[in-house]
Amino acid sequence: MKVSQITVFLENKKGRLAEVTEALASRGVNIRAASIADTIDYGLLRLIVSDPVQARQALAEAGFSASETEVLAVEVEDRPGGLASIIRCLADAGINIEYLYAFVGKSGEKAIVVLRSEDTERAREVLQKNNVTLLTGEQVHRL
Amino acid sequence: MSTLKRRLPPLKHRLWDPKAETMSREELEKLQLERLQATVRRVYERVPFYREKLDNAGVKPEDIRTLEDVQKLPFTCKDDMRAAYPYGLFAAPLKDIVRIHASSGTTGLSTVVGYTRRDLRNWSDLVARLLTAGGVTRHDVVHISFGYGLFTGGFGLHQGSERIGASVIPVSSGNTERQVRLMKDFGATALVGTPSYALHIAETMYEMGVSPDELSLRVGLFGAEPSSETLRREIEAKLQILATDNYGLSEVMGPGVSGECLNKNGLHINEDHFLAEIINPETGEALPEGYTGELVLTTLTKEGIPLLRYRTRDLTRLDSSPCSCGRTFRRMARVQGRTDDMMIIRGVNVFPSQIENVLLEIEGVEPHYELVLDRVGALDTLEIRVEVTPEIFEGRMAGLVELEKKICHKVQSECGITPTVSLVEPKSIQRSQGKAKRVIDKRVF
Repeated sequence: MKVSQITVFLENKKGRLAEVTEALASRGVNIRAASIADTIDYGLLRLIVSDPVQARQALAEAGFSASETEVLAVEVEDRPGGLASIIRCLADAGINIEYLYAFVGKSGEKAIVVLRSEDTERAREVLQKNNVTLLTGEQVHRL
Repeated sequence: MSTLKRRLPPLKHRLWDPKAETMSREELEKLQLERLQATVRRVYERVPFYREKLDNAGVKPEDIRTLEDVQKLPFTCKDDMRAAYPYGLFAAPLKDIVRIHASSGTTGLSTVVGYTRRDLRNWSDLVARLLTAGGVTRHDVVHISFGYGLFTGGFGLHQGSERIGASVIPVSSGNTERQVRLMKDFGATALVGTPSYALHIAETMYEMGVSPDELSLRVGLFGAEPSSETLRREIEAKLQILATDNYGLSEVMGPGVSGECLNKNGLHINEDHFLAEIINPETGEALPEGYTGELVLTTLTKEGIPLLRYRTRDLTRLDSSPCSCGRTFRRMARVQGRTDDMMIIRGVNVFPSQIENVLLEIEGVEPHYELVLDRVGALDTLEIRVEVTPEIFEGRMAGLVELEKKICHKVQSECGITPTVSLVEPKSIQRSQGKAKRVIDKRVF
């Protein structure tokens, strides 16, 4: 199972973020990781959740525009240079990263980073070749 | 496409009345002047409303010496017709009226029109012209999905199709699945109706699992409501037909005022029966050819209810460049909007329909939008608020930025003004029953 990210379109209006999170809570959906990219007028809320299917339903019912994207969830050594080494191997392979953000929880001693690149398949290959641990959808959504 | 072409009648059979439709401009203008003079005399003698109006304007029928003199005549408006409800503008006694139609007014009284026997004959011929121009012949089976009744669409197209000698199926509107079955079983080759209903029929057909190959349709003739090139292409693709637009309004006659030929480059106006002008809707002044303004029509042959300079409130422009179909009648562009909803932004006339077309082209789906006009200092601003619906949202920031830019750029090149684009959440723009209110004008004049 792939790691699935939910992206929600939000206008910069008071209370909208509260409404999104409440809509998810009401369906028992847990948020594992979150990040916001914003412009002056609107923003994109990116979420990794416990149950993407439930989440999409909850958001649609609450009237939000949401879409689902595949991302990579990467285990990172929790020490100086841990993230740098991973990004370096992607850079050397000529793969651009569109965005990344960190997980709320950890898996054991390691941190987790969510990463979206322009070419997910190639990024996956490169990381695996460099012995970087990628988490599966099951692992991520049920953390 | 080539098979379609083969099934069309040869060019010389695509004119219903070659003598009238290809007459020289000189001949036409002579005929128009004679008919205009007769019409003015007729209403002056028979319709107290017009006698009073002409007297107030200080114009006598004999003052109409050239076609340009039409500009001396007063306008007739929808309100004048309402005030004359029901028969106040009739120029023939009821014993000579053989048919009465009325247009449904969404507000206030409806407008009533009467036809003499000669009016009906002319009307049939004018509709026969547009049917012929759209590729219909006596060999066709014409499926009419217009409503029959007081509305002029059903009867108008019906009589014209009979006049041609086609096999007419007066299905009327409604029960769309039945429409599809009838088209299939009866082997309809021509579909007549409104463009929006044609699209609905097409969609229902696909839902029923009927493919266009199972139908015999080859042409469609659509009218009675605004259309667009996008809509036409969609109908043509879904039903696999050639679609032409026609135009008319019940006050003036009904369908048959103008219609496209298969060149699809504007609607040829039946100028031997109607005198067309384009005016600036604000000042009432005539506009030169090529300018967009309000279409004003004077009937030239009607007996039952002749109208002088009727203000259609439809916005279009005229084109007299030659058309390879051989018709010498000028063409009007597809109606671009109503004077009621024209916006003037920094002195530029803009219609909501233009912006809607841009959005439809970019998004490929029916857009939910709102236009907000405001003024910053002395400068008008146009904000286009567009809902980011789930259908167009693919989750990328770059996609949204791109969408904003595209809309901005397209509106700039279509309308000549640069808008700001605001992307808003679904359902944040107010919905209304029926006609949506798309424009919010915050400017203080």
